[in-house]
Amino acid sequence: MFKFLQNKKTRSDFLTYALVILAFIVVSFLKDAGMIPRMIAGQLVPICAYIVMAISLNLVVGVAGDLSLGHAGFMSVGAYSGIVAAMSLSEAIPNDTVRLVIALIVGAACAALAGFLIGIPVLRLSGDYLAIVTLAFGEIIKEVVTCLIVGVDERGLHVLFNLTGKLTVDNLGLSETGVAIIKGAQGASGTDMISTLFAGFVLVMVALVIVLNLVRSRTGRAILAVRDNRIAAESVGISTTKYRMIAFVVSAALAGAAGALFGNSFSQLSATKFDFNMSILILVFVVLGGLGNMRGSIIAATILTILPEALRQFSDYRMLVYAIVLILVMIGTNNDSLKNLVARVIPKRKTSEEEVSADA
Amino acid sequence: MSCLTGKSFNPVMNRRSVIAGVAGLGAVGILAGCSGNESEGGSTAAADDGSAFKIGAIGPLTGSAASYGTSVCNGVELACKDFSTDDLKFVSKSEDDVADGEKSVNAFNSLADWGMQALVGPTTTGASLAVAEVANQDPQMFMITPSASSPDVTADKTCVFQACFNDPNQGANAATKLAEMFPDEKFVVFYNSGDTYSSGIRDAFVAKAEELKLNIVDEETFKDDSATSFTNQLTKAKDAGATMIFAPIYYTPASVLLANANEMGYDVKMMGCDGMDGILGVEGFDTSLAEGLYLMTPFSADEEKNADFVAAYKDAYDEVPDQFAADAYDAVHAVSLALAEAGLGADADPADVAAKLPEAMTKITVEGLTGTLTWNDKGEVEKDPMVYVIKDGKYVAA
Repeated sequence: MFKFLQNKKTRSDFLTYALVILAFIVVSFLKDAGMIPRMIAGQLVPICAYIVMAISLNLVVGVAGDLSLGHAGFMSVGAYSGIVAAMSLSEAIPNDTVRLVIALIVGAACAALAGFLIGIPVLRLSGDYLAIVTLAFGEIIKEVVTCLIVGVDERGLHVLFNLTGKLTVDNLGLSETGVAIIKGAQGASGTDMISTLFAGFVLVMVALVIVLNLVRSRTGRAILAVRDNRIAAESVGISTTKYRMIAFVVSAALAGAAGALFGNSFSQLSATKFDFNMSILILVFVVLGGLGNMRGSIIAATILTILPEALRQFSDYRMLVYAIVLILVMIGTNNDSLKNLVARVIPKRKTSEEEVSADA
Repeated sequence: MSCLTGKSFNPVMNRRSVIAGVAGLGAVGILAGCSGNESEGGSTAAADDGSAFKIGAIGPLTGSAASYGTSVCNGVELACKDFSTDDLKFVSKSEDDVADGEKSVNAFNSLADWGMQALVGPTTTGASLAVAEVANQDPQMFMITPSASSPDVTADKTCVFQACFNDPNQGANAATKLAEMFPDEKFVVFYNSGDTYSSGIRDAFVAKAEELKLNIVDEETFKDDSATSFTNQLTKAKDAGATMIFAPIYYTPASVLLANANEMGYDVKMMGCDGMDGILGVEGFDTSLAEGLYLMTPFSADEEKNADFVAAYKDAYDEVPDQFAADAYDAVHAVSLALAEAGLGADADPADVAAKLPEAMTKITVEGLTGTLTWNDKGEVEKDPMVYVIKDGKYVAA
C-alpha cells in the first residue's frame, strides 16, 4: 500500500508533511492545555506566516537559483490586499473563517499579479543585477503602499492614491457608517484579528504541497536545469524565462498568502514593517535552513522567530547573543569534522548538505 | 561547485557564495537596524514575592524613538517606587518594542507571562493600536498609554485609557486657549500634511477656531521631505497679514521655521503643541530665537511644583525628565488611585483589574505633574491644557 514511499524523495517529502502535522497537533494540544506561555502562543500565527515566506523564498533562491531581495514587497502586497478584502467583506460575510480564506486567496492573487508584472523586466537579469533590481522593487512597493488610502462604506470601496501627500482619510468621502481601512503612512489600523493557528497550519501545508510537488514535477526539473546550467538548459530547448517566471510567480503568490495571514493577525500594520530588513530576515531563514531544503526552512523560520523573544532576559545584549547564535549555527552546520561525527553516530543518516544536493 | 566546503579554494564567485554573502551582510544590517531589540528594565521597586502589584511598561528602548520609550519606562519605574505604600507595593518591568506593532504585542504577551496586572504603555501610537486590540480581547488587561495620541487607540475598547490628550482634543484646546489669550491676532496655521499628529491637530483646531470666530487668514503646509526651508510659506503668510503662527509640528521643523522667520525679519508670534517640546535642545539652533515662543505642553521641568519629581528623576537617571516621563508617572499615579477606588489589592487577578478599573478610572481625580486629570468613559483624559512661554531659555507658565 505504501509502495510509493520506497522512492527516497517521496519518503523525504512525506516525512516533512508528517513533521508539520505532528508539530501542529502537539502545539494545539499544549495550547488548549494552557502549557504554552502567552509570549509564544501569541507568536504562533506570525510564525506560520514566516514559515510560508521562507518556503516561498526558498523556491526562488534555493530551487530556481535567483537571488531575490525584495520578497517582503510581495508579502506587503498580500497583506494589504488581504486586509482590504477581509475588512470590506465584514458586512457581507460575517463568518471569520470564510472571510480569512477569501483574504488569503485575494492576497495570493494580487501578489501573483505583482510578481508577474515585476518578473517581466526583472527575470531578464540574473545574479547580482537581479538581486539589486528586486531590492529596488521591494522598496518601490513599500513606498506605493505608503501612499494608499482605502476605505469602505455601503456604496463600495474607495481608494485614493496620495501622491501629493495632501490627502487624508476625509478626502475619501466615506458615509457615516464607512470605515477607513488603510490610512496612508499610518498603515492599516483597526483590522479585525481573524487569523487563526489552524488557518496558518493549513497554509503551511498548502505551501509545502505546492512547492514540493512543483519541484518534483517535470516543470521543477526544468527549473533545476535552468538553475544548474542555463546555457545547457537553453540548448535542449527549455525556455529559461518561462521556468524562472513560473517559480517567481508561484513564490510571489505564496508570499502574498503569507502576508494576508500576517496582516490579519494584527490590528495595526504600517507599510514600513515590510522593509529591506524583513526581506533579509526571510533570506536568513532560507540560508540557515539550507538552500532548497524546505524542512530546514521551516525549522529555521520557527527557531529564528522565537529566538529574539526567548532571549529577552539578555536585555540590551539580546541582538548580540542572537548574532552569535546565528554565526555559531552557520559555522556548525558547515563544519566537516562535526558532520563526520554526526555521520558516525547515525551511520546511515544523510547529512543536510547531501540532502540539498539530492534535492538539486 | 561549492567553495564553502573548504576542499577546493576557488576565488570565482558562484551563486551560493553570493547568496550566503548577501545573507550574512544583511544579517549585519538587521542587527545594526534593530541594535539590541530588547531591553528588560528589570526594575524591581519591591521584593518580587507576589505581594506587589505588577505594572508593565512598553516602549522603544532601542532604535530611533528610543528616547521616548526610555523616558516612559523610567517614569513608570520611578512612580512605582513613589506610589508604593505599606499596603500596596508596586513593581514594574519594562520591555522593548522598537516602536513596532508586532514586537509590541510580543512584549505585551511576555509581560503577561511575567504576571503583569496592568499595563502602562505602549509609548508610540502604532504599537499602541496593535496592543490595545490584544489587551481588549479575552482575557482582558487594563491598559493606559502615556503618550499614544490617536483617538483610535481608545475607541470602542472598554479597558484602554490615555494619559495624554488625543490629537483632536489638543487642537480644540489650542483654539480655546488662543481665543482666550490672543483674540485679536490674525492667525496662520502651519502644519505637516503628511503627518497624522500634525494634520489631526490642525483639523480639530480649524473646526474649533471657526466656532470661536478666530481670524485665520492663511494656511500653509509642508511635508517631511520639504522641511528644510519655509521661506515661501512664510512670505505668503506675511503677505496675508498674519501676526501669529499656530504650528502643530515637531521641534525639528519648528526650529527651521523660527530661523527662517528671523532671517526674513518677519516679527511674528508663534504657538506650538507638545511636539515642540524639546526645541531648546535642537543641535545648532540659536535658542534666543525661541524666546517668546508659546507651547501647549502638559509638563515643564522648570516649574516649582514639579521640582521634587525632577530632582528624584535626575538623581536616578541623570537626565531632566520630559513630558513622556511625566505622563507615564501620572499614569501609574492614576492606576494606584483607581485600584484604591475599586478596592483591589496586590493579589488582584488581571482580568478582575481590567473589569473593575475602567469604572474606577472615571471616578478618580489625579493631581498629577501634568495637571488635574480626570477620565471620561471613552478612556480619554480630561485635563486643563497648560500653555508655557519660553523666557530666558526656560518654560514659564503663560
